[in-house]
Amino acid sequence: MNTESAMPFEYNQVHFEELKKQQRKKVFLKGLLFLLPSLLLFSIFIFYPMIRTVYLSFFLTNQAGITTVFVGMQNYIDIFTSPIFMKSLTSTFLFVLFTVPGTIIVSLFLAVIANEKIKGIGFFRMIFSSTMGVSVAAASVFWLFLFHPSIGFFNKILVTFGFDKIGWLTNPEWALASVSLSTIWMNIGFTFLIILGGLQSIDSHLYESANIDGAGFFYKLRRITIPMLSPTLFFVVTVSIINSFQTFGQIDMLTKGGPSNETNLIVYSIYREAFVNYQYGTASAQAVILFIIILIMTVIQFKLGERKVHYQ
Amino acid sequence: MKHVELMDISKSYDKQTNVLDEINLSINKGEFFVLVGPSGCGKSTLLRMVAGLEEITGGVLKLNDEVANHLPPKNRNLSMVFQNYALYPHLTVEQNILFGLDVKRVNKKEQKRRLMETAEMIGLSELLKRKPKELSGGQRQRVALARSVVSEAPLCLMDEPLSNLDAKLRAHMRVEIRRLQRKLGLTMIYVTHDQVEAMTMGDRIMVLNDGKVQQVGKPITLYNEPANTFVASFIGSPKMNMGKAELFVENRQIKVEDKLTFHLSPSDLIHIPADKKTMIGIRAEHIYPATEQDATNYLEVVGVEQLGNETIIVFEELGGHLWNAKWPGQWAINLGDKVPVNISVQNFCFFDAENGQLIQPAYQEQNQEQEVIAQ
Repeated sequence: MNTESAMPFEYNQVHFEELKKQQRKKVFLKGLLFLLPSLLLFSIFIFYPMIRTVYLSFFLTNQAGITTVFVGMQNYIDIFTSPIFMKSLTSTFLFVLFTVPGTIIVSLFLAVIANEKIKGIGFFRMIFSSTMGVSVAAASVFWLFLFHPSIGFFNKILVTFGFDKIGWLTNPEWALASVSLSTIWMNIGFTFLIILGGLQSIDSHLYESANIDGAGFFYKLRRITIPMLSPTLFFVVTVSIINSFQTFGQIDMLTKGGPSNETNLIVYSIYREAFVNYQYGTASAQAVILFIIILIMTVIQFKLGERKVHYQ
Repeated sequence: MKHVELMDISKSYDKQTNVLDEINLSINKGEFFVLVGPSGCGKSTLLRMVAGLEEITGGVLKLNDEVANHLPPKNRNLSMVFQNYALYPHLTVEQNILFGLDVKRVNKKEQKRRLMETAEMIGLSELLKRKPKELSGGQRQRVALARSVVSEAPLCLMDEPLSNLDAKLRAHMRVEIRRLQRKLGLTMIYVTHDQVEAMTMGDRIMVLNDGKVQQVGKPITLYNEPANTFVASFIGSPKMNMGKAELFVENRQIKVEDKLTFHLSPSDLIHIPADKKTMIGIRAEHIYPATEQDATNYLEVVGVEQLGNETIIVFEELGGHLWNAKWPGQWAINLGDKVPVNISVQNFCFFDAENGQLIQPAYQEQNQEQEVIAQ
């Protein structure tokens, strides 16, 4: 009796399985169709250049970028024994160390004061975020004037207060700091906007409740604002670090890597290696190193940061 | 002794229209005071003004007989429970409860003692290490309560604290909050839009509409003697049945919406107001089922709601509103039937036809009350 009733049941199930399989196939094909445009674009502009770069880094090339001799790891050995590349690496790390915390602290401060509900706050929000709308080239020209040794604003101030003039962009001790300063200014707009957005999404009742308890400004900042802002800060830190590693425009405009390679950041170094010296092999090797550094930094951040980040 | 006193309190956001208009009110120590009104009537604003979260545009606020208009929230010695609980999502239950004490730098030992006491009282002892997102709605509500209890502030403000809970839990928390308030002797100002909450919890209720006080009084007073048609229809469920009435003294008749005619006895004529045109209201439970003999009127049924222990019968429209009757027990009535009902003029509340103010409450009620007292 059991088998009798079980038979048609099993039969049905097999039938369903087949139908389900067909449907799944349909869904998969449809999904693929939707993915196609981005897959195509990614392949052309990201995946292919990436693979090509890795490939090139194992070769010597002629001036047109055609591979000539396979050298294996020689390009990597070369760049790591080159004092110029090592200098470039240290400069890059220092640059990241200067710009990322600087940008975030300044932006956080600006965002916190711009989050107050005061008349005309919209004007200040616009001003604070306006650097986002200024192109790197334009901003660099502007900073070039500020840093100008004789007619620059900074040196004029120094002179009025009786100090010696500083070669902001020509003195090896100052150049990296100067470029960092201008970079912080350029990055503030974006970071400010993101952090302000994060601040505004914090439930105002939390602050009201804290007000009733009698919490002061800094207590609220420490125990409510910063923890509640942690996902935003985490995002901003990650993006800022990647951006800093990839800085190019302001270097090209302000210092051209000088003085004495002091501001020769890694992307600028890659550019010079490839398009000034026509060493596509070593340039590719540097690019691969940059990719690995950013990858490692991001992975570390996610491993360390995510534990301390509070998502709602 | 007066704990909170509001004198001519007004609030305006644009300096032209008042969202709250000259509120006068005093709340005694240890009283459970409920502010009730429809959404947007200004009840939350009023509460936030007492808390100090909202500027007072006009009038005087006194706390413990001292003017408090200028005091920041922390100096008003009160606690507040928000509608969304305002728990800090990144802190554990324990840290949430102790947040206020930590701000005030209460020493650790004292913090611990108060925490344990409060957690015990409110039933959170097991949950202290959890984060708010790991709690159910009811548990979060308890944490919010605990935060307010642990502060030991004598005045507690609650802004629709139960509106995010399901009906069963709400009924349970109603009792619990009330018990807690009695036990700790708190003065409570409780804002709700739910008239059932207001009726069941409050020592006194203030009904607010459009920024104006409609009536202040004990729940039963509001129910029996609503000051105007708004209070009459707002308090009580189903709401009071209303209709325009016309008095014909010579015929000893009163006509409601030209449909229902009631004959008046000599004693009725003494009791009811002599105005020609009035608005009358009658509670759903005062429209009684009747037999052919004692029926005063026949009404057509358009809806029946079976609640199990009682039945709500919805009658045809009278004056643009459906009338409801609430009958005990279960009644099998078909839609479209004309059923005999017994309505007594003694149960009518009379309101002014023009401004809706109460002229005279139902006098049947007064008689019954006196009987109860006499027994």
